[in-house]
Amino acid sequence: MADSEKPSSIPGNAKNYWYANLKVVGVLLAIWFVAGYVLSIFLVDRLNEFHIGQLGFGFWFAQQGSILVFVVLVLVYALLMDYLDRRYQVGNRE
Amino acid sequence: MFDSTWLLAVSDPARPWTWAFVGITFALYLYIGWRSRVKDTEGFYVAGHGVPAIANGAATAADWMSAASFIGMAGLISFAGSDGSVYLMGWTGGYVLLALLLAPYLRKFGHYTVPDFIGARYYSETARVVAAICAIFVSITYVAGQMKGVGLVFSRFLEVQLEWGVLIGMGIVAFFAVLGGMKGITWTQVVQYFVLIFAFAIPSIAISSMLTDNPVPQIGMAASDISTKLNEALLELGHAEYTQPFTEFDRLNVFCITAALMFGTAGLPHVIVRFYTVRTVRAARYSAVWAIIFISLLYTTAPALGLFARYNLIKSLHGAQIKNVELIAADGTSEFYSFPDQRDDAQAKIAEIKERERQSKHTPETLVSFLLDSPEGEQLDWAVQWQRIGLLKLDDWNQDGKISLKLMDVIDDSGKTVKRSERASIDKDIIVLSTPEVAGLPPWVTAIVAAGGLAAALSTAAGLLLVISSSLAHDLFVRFFAPHASEAQRVLIGRIAIAFGIVVAGYFGINPPGFVGEVVAFAFGLAAASFFPAIFLGIFFKRANRTGAVLGMIVGLLFTLVYIVMCTSHKVLPIFFDAPLLTEDQYLFGIRPQGIGTLGMVLNFVISIGVSLVTAPPPDDVMELVESVRIPQGSGDAIGH
Repeated sequence: MADSEKPSSIPGNAKNYWYANLKVVGVLLAIWFVAGYVLSIFLVDRLNEFHIGQLGFGFWFAQQGSILVFVVLVLVYALLMDYLDRRYQVGNRE
Repeated sequence: MFDSTWLLAVSDPARPWTWAFVGITFALYLYIGWRSRVKDTEGFYVAGHGVPAIANGAATAADWMSAASFIGMAGLISFAGSDGSVYLMGWTGGYVLLALLLAPYLRKFGHYTVPDFIGARYYSETARVVAAICAIFVSITYVAGQMKGVGLVFSRFLEVQLEWGVLIGMGIVAFFAVLGGMKGITWTQVVQYFVLIFAFAIPSIAISSMLTDNPVPQIGMAASDISTKLNEALLELGHAEYTQPFTEFDRLNVFCITAALMFGTAGLPHVIVRFYTVRTVRAARYSAVWAIIFISLLYTTAPALGLFARYNLIKSLHGAQIKNVELIAADGTSEFYSFPDQRDDAQAKIAEIKERERQSKHTPETLVSFLLDSPEGEQLDWAVQWQRIGLLKLDDWNQDGKISLKLMDVIDDSGKTVKRSERASIDKDIIVLSTPEVAGLPPWVTAIVAAGGLAAALSTAAGLLLVISSSLAHDLFVRFFAPHASEAQRVLIGRIAIAFGIVVAGYFGINPPGFVGEVVAFAFGLAAASFFPAIFLGIFFKRANRTGAVLGMIVGLLFTLVYIVMCTSHKVLPIFFDAPLLTEDQYLFGIRPQGIGTLGMVLNFVISIGVSLVTAPPPDDVMELVESVRIPQGSGDAIGH
């Protein structure tokens, strides 16, 4: 690990950063689970009773909507982590 | 085919265009590879520096989207209908896991290979070796899928059998992998991304405009009545509705396959490696954002294309009139019988061929190819092309001189009554390649699609072969057999490793355990069962130790591998097995081989955590390593570049 400096000047800071990070990841993955599994697999047949255009909503969500949700999740993660990096001063200065 | 009837043969109008497009794109890749190399030796191009997040995102997307995404997936969705969602969600949803759980931390860690991380985190050479072996199995399975995809493109456009197509593909992939072997690969992959997305978008937009009056396939699919029309057509032919869930897989299998693909995606070594080429942890996160945006362009188009393709296929093939039949012998000579005059002769001859094939299973078969007119009276050249290389087989069970796609009761070879249509068999991997022709688009569109398919396969194969090479040479061979090897010897060993990888992958490209997308799904299952838990626990569970991780990986990999081989033994090892060792009714909990990685992963997690807790905790310096990968600060240049 020749390239790493000391974890952080304030050890408590690194710990708090990590917990904040876990919280962000936890919330985003909960949404990921709902989009990918709950709506698209467990409830797909029930959601097909609703429609988006001419397609059943369950079908549409499994083949289109879930992917859009995933894109948004990755983007939101990057933005939130930028915020955490600044707040806990653990990011790289660029 | 130089007998007097060869004039009747249909010439392929797409072929000159294909030569042109494939030639131009290959020349472009060569040029870029060469330029990056020159820069490299001059020291202008240091990995990471000057690769902006958006470029790295495009390169990651190209690396990621293989022949399976490009050639295979829309075809699989086309026939699986609603259940095709497993591939869409599995591959994109896994990307979320990669971006949130692994990529930033591995970037911080900064070593070159995944086995490097596992070796350091679990302070064990054994762990590194096990990880290297896992990487080799995963990558070879994945390359095999690419090989079939490449072989398919070549066999179609050079009009040779699939085996020859795969052999030609092996040569070209080897050439590009050895040539691009270094970091220059990034810019080539950026170009390959744009070639492949362009090649996918053009036919999709054209077909969407034709069928739905809306040029955006994603909107056309939902807004028009095309899905309703397809559902009605399928019901009429005796199939389930296209949009009805759980017709291809049951709910448990949809769950397991989706999960195996998702967690496998996150554990794929060649994609993880891409995140080392950016400068900081922050850049790694934004590369992931760009990559999933680029990926989603193709992944939201593919289901629309699948739906349109199924509709077009039924429209043009159902009720097609047989004009004549060509019997192509193994030596390339062919006989023609015209319909309806010589129908009885032709049918007697076909029956004779079938009888012969039934008696001696392994003799090369005579191909039966029907020349057809669509119900609208247009000549269906594409159907002839695919029949000639044996990837589409038609029959005329009810002997009415027309192709019917209605399911009917037919007595098969073993004397059982089965439900079949007169489309006796179709290789799902031809769907994307033939879509422009089926839709009646000009031949240059077909050629663009062929070039795009090759771009997808080449970009992925190059990344995978590098992983195979680094695992074999850097992680295994040099460490254990030749620790004092010189730089030149190491490079040589790396090259030999690439050659070895290509030969093995080529074998499985010719004897594939399934369609391109399915083969690739096996690779993901193996990655899910071996890598994901080891890397994830390595970052998020400090207490995970050497013994737990090693046992977990071994059990996860072996369990999954053995199950897949047992279910596909007749296809993977046709010399030894005539039938699969495990048939569908013997599947464990009814789980198909594509989904078994999920169970393998659960086993791996249980063993890793359980064993870690009852054995000694990892040493302090490893604890510190884990602390340090958890914060972005101090992520310098990747080591090992």
